[in-house]
Amino acid sequence: MSERIDMLRTRLTEALEPTRLDIIDQSAAHAGHEGAKGGGGHYVVTIVSAAFAGLPLLKRHRLVYAAVGEAMKDEIHALSIRAYAPDESIPN
Amino acid sequence: MDVLERIDKIVKENRTVLFMKGTPQFPMCGYSSRVAAALESCETEFAFVNVLQDPEIFENLPRYADWPTFPQLYVGGELVGGCDITLELYERGELKGLVSGDAAQAS
Repeated sequence: MSERIDMLRTRLTEALEPTRLDIIDQSAAHAGHEGAKGGGGHYVVTIVSAAFAGLPLLKRHRLVYAAVGEAMKDEIHALSIRAYAPDESIPN
Repeated sequence: MDVLERIDKIVKENRTVLFMKGTPQFPMCGYSSRVAAALESCETEFAFVNVLQDPEIFENLPRYADWPTFPQLYVGGELVGGCDITLELYERGELKGLVSGDAAQAS
């Protein structure tokens, strides 16, 4: 489902102008479980953007969800978000 | 009662409530499972709603607080966030204070 990753990358890049953006597809690890029966993908996004500076976690996640937009309703079953400002350290 | 009113009532009447897939004992999703486990480790009471058993809430909760995914944790009538945020608060040692009301309300 690399089209979905491309879509995520395009939307997040356009909306948030990240200095770093890693998207990992974890869909295979979740295939078939009850909660995933809708068929949407599972992705882990690590994103560094000046847009997150000074914002609490809830608002950072809202920015990411807003950037992804309508796709959150069906194509994306789960999006794990790690959102940082450029001056913050990223834990492993 | 309208479904959004029903959700609002649940959120307002329970200090801590988790909308999740499955139950804390039998979670049906890894994200729900991890959040429920983090809450249980805080040794505080919390209510939960199994959204898989309530299609109306499943369909409408995302527009209640404009948050697209499950699980969703609410404390004191406010959305705390989903799995990532709850677990990050847990790892920072802030979750217990938040759900038990000992700490200042998280922003």
